[in-house]
Amino acid sequence: MSLSNIFNVSGSAMSAQSLRLNTTASNIANADSATGPDGQPYRAKQVVFKTVPYGDIENSGVKVDQVVEDKSPPRLMYDPKNPLADPNGYVAMPNVNPVEEMVNMISASRSYQTNVETMNTAKNMLMKTLTIGQ
Amino acid sequence: MVAKLDDYLRFNEAALDLRAQRQQLLASNIANADTPNFKARDIDFAKTLQDVLGQQQSPVKPLPAVQMARTSPGHLAGIVPPNNGLDDEHLLYRTVTQGSVDGNTVDMDVERNQFTDNGVHYEAGVTAVNAQIKLLLSAIQPG
Repeated sequence: MSLSNIFNVSGSAMSAQSLRLNTTASNIANADSATGPDGQPYRAKQVVFKTVPYGDIENSGVKVDQVVEDKSPPRLMYDPKNPLADPNGYVAMPNVNPVEEMVNMISASRSYQTNVETMNTAKNMLMKTLTIGQ
Repeated sequence: MVAKLDDYLRFNEAALDLRAQRQQLLASNIANADTPNFKARDIDFAKTLQDVLGQQQSPVKPLPAVQMARTSPGHLAGIVPPNNGLDDEHLLYRTVTQGSVDGNTVDMDVERNQFTDNGVHYEAGVTAVNAQIKLLLSAIQPG
């Protein structure tokens, strides 16, 4: 049944996009986490998508290939009262860019919605197919 | 008689099959809208359908890729039907209208437009098959 492959393809895209949304949520939540388990400020994380073939040549799903850490330097904030401040009075803050994260969030949510619609259309087509000959 | 029924329904069957495959292709494009370096693909529906129909009507059919081993004459042959023409010759790449930095060529507006259009055509095909079957039924029923 070739149409049911659409469920696999859209499903893979939905889980990839929800992981991206998860990463964004984690980045936004930790936008001010000046220290973590390793004593370093939180580093923004980004997902990298990759195409994976599903059976035939025309089916290509998505998966998250890897989650990479943003290599840009931490944001320095002047706050001499903070116990984490260096001798010059600066605290290293996470390198999370809130604007970028908001854009990522909207993009991931829209892509997720589109894939849900794709799945619904495929389901309607399958249901219609079942009425052949009735 | 059965061959005649097959011939009668063949065109719509091939068209529906191709529509379903194209739907999968478009779903893959939509799913990969955010994948770096993914190139959107599509088929020329009219040309591919012509090729599929031509291939099925020709007396020499291409050999199936895999045959099942039969240890008794009573076993079914289990012949794999030949590929329906979605090879590299028919799978085309979409022309880029607005390129993106990550090398992805999926244009969401085009893909969704084609996806909906293809879905409606598929349903139209199902309606056509149903009409054909109704015609057959009315022919075999006593008036």
